[in-house]
Amino acid sequence: MTSTPAISLRGVVKRFGAITAVDGLDLDVREGICLGLLGPNGAGKSTTMRMLTAQAIPDEGSLTVLGYELPRDSKQARAECGVVPQLDNLDIELTARQNLAVFARLYRVPRGERRAAVERALEIAGLGDRADTPVDELSGGMRRRLLVARGLVHRPRLLLLDEPTVGLDPQVRQELWALIDALRAQGTTILMSTHYIEEAERLADTVAIMAKGRIVARGRPADLVRAHAGVETLEVYGPPPRLAEVRAAVQAQGFRTRRTGTAVAILGAENGDGRLPEGVRRAASLEDVFVLLTGEEVA
Amino acid sequence: MRSLAAPGVRIRRLHRLEPAAIAGVMSRDATNFRTFWKATTFSSVIEPTIYLLAFGLGVGTLISTVQGLDYVQYVGTGMVATSVLFASALSAMFGTFVKHRFQRTYDAILAAPVDTEELVTAEVLWMSARAGVYGCAPLLVSMLFGLDPAPGMLLVPFIGFLTALGFAGFGVLMAAVVSKIDSFNYVTTTVITPLFLVSGTFFPIEELPEWAQAVANINPLYHCVELVRHAVFGFETIDVAHVAVLVGFALLMWRLAIWRLEKRLID
Repeated sequence: MTSTPAISLRGVVKRFGAITAVDGLDLDVREGICLGLLGPNGAGKSTTMRMLTAQAIPDEGSLTVLGYELPRDSKQARAECGVVPQLDNLDIELTARQNLAVFARLYRVPRGERRAAVERALEIAGLGDRADTPVDELSGGMRRRLLVARGLVHRPRLLLLDEPTVGLDPQVRQELWALIDALRAQGTTILMSTHYIEEAERLADTVAIMAKGRIVARGRPADLVRAHAGVETLEVYGPPPRLAEVRAAVQAQGFRTRRTGTAVAILGAENGDGRLPEGVRRAASLEDVFVLLTGEEVA
Repeated sequence: MRSLAAPGVRIRRLHRLEPAAIAGVMSRDATNFRTFWKATTFSSVIEPTIYLLAFGLGVGTLISTVQGLDYVQYVGTGMVATSVLFASALSAMFGTFVKHRFQRTYDAILAAPVDTEELVTAEVLWMSARAGVYGCAPLLVSMLFGLDPAPGMLLVPFIGFLTALGFAGFGVLMAAVVSKIDSFNYVTTTVITPLFLVSGTFFPIEELPEWAQAVANINPLYHCVELVRHAVFGFETIDVAHVAVLVGFALLMWRLAIWRLEKRLID
């Protein structure tokens, strides 16, 4: 692919007083892919998302979105982007249709096309039969789908999804995943921030792992797992003193470990050759990579 | 005018203060207003009625005329300014604060191709249009109390609109400045209440000590009160100055509101 990337960040720094939220971030998102920006809370994901719509202005570095330089040309970039915020900010007293109609105008959908644009968005949200229900009376899942559809009302080339499923129950999450997956299949470029590993694994073509304001690894989920966590992980359970013992013993043999809360996970267990203690073997996961790279002490 | 379809095609630039962005934000306000216009209409008609009954039947028995006007008509015309003030400054303060901090509506709007400048302009225009229309309610009620119709009354909504531009801007400014909603108590007590009492609505400012008259003269609401009375009872040359003060006030508040709200909304 030789076309200009949909998003390009170079050396981006954003400080809030003494805190550096984004610390020299470099990131390219090619057109047509879904990139999952994965990181723990406080890694700088939301600040990064806000900089892409010029709702936060970087202190250093350069940003382009769809070829437009930010913040100078951000308005033009925003016209061609769809944004789905982390927090539901729908107008709750308005109906689903009214919410979409307002944003069709804000996104400059020409008057003659607005009605069709709203109908199409209602269909995307699966709210055809609830179009005239006030948002207040919609279920949590419907509201989320409407929030996504609102970001799509003008057929954007690029969709920015900030923690799209945070705080949702599993059924609603699955619904949204299906929706996002369908968009990806249609070729919409997507940048999705998330701290749910499974979400990134399922939806993203490429995952960029963010920690302390920088990208610490990037690649296809499977490649990241192979490169950083190997093939197999062995989880050894036991009381805390036993876990500490196991940890020290296998680390002495050169294995990398991580805590999983109730167990010690030994990475690269496929090279164990009978030297490892009893435990549960499983395939190495993106979570292993995530914890390894972003630190065990997650804020 | 725009193309979202073809990648790589760079389209006409979006400009500052785009009418389409302003109209879009106002369409949101108008759509929302349809859900609560009845309550607004009810209170803007009933409130001046109660005031005029109280002043007509109460104070009116003690004072029959002020500056040659029947006291009820004096208060009735003056109250246009009060209605405009409350409809603009208070809705701007609370509305902006709620939309910004609680509903996060402004985050959603600024993620679209709308800038803070357009957002504030649209909000101020919308609230002023509303205040201009509802500001006429006391005048209509006064007619029931015997005020004769006059052609100049047709200008009253525009006077109300012009006055409201400044006060709506002031409200947005306050909403951007305060850190919590309770702080509005300071604003209403120290600014709004004195403004509306020392504006010549209930008594002529000429009755006040000289220093208070000076204060009243820089009160934009006083200029609105004068303009409305003159629209009803006959314009004077000084009205050009009243209009000038209101225009200046509106421009100043508009820019200050944009400046402060942008600081709040953009990190």
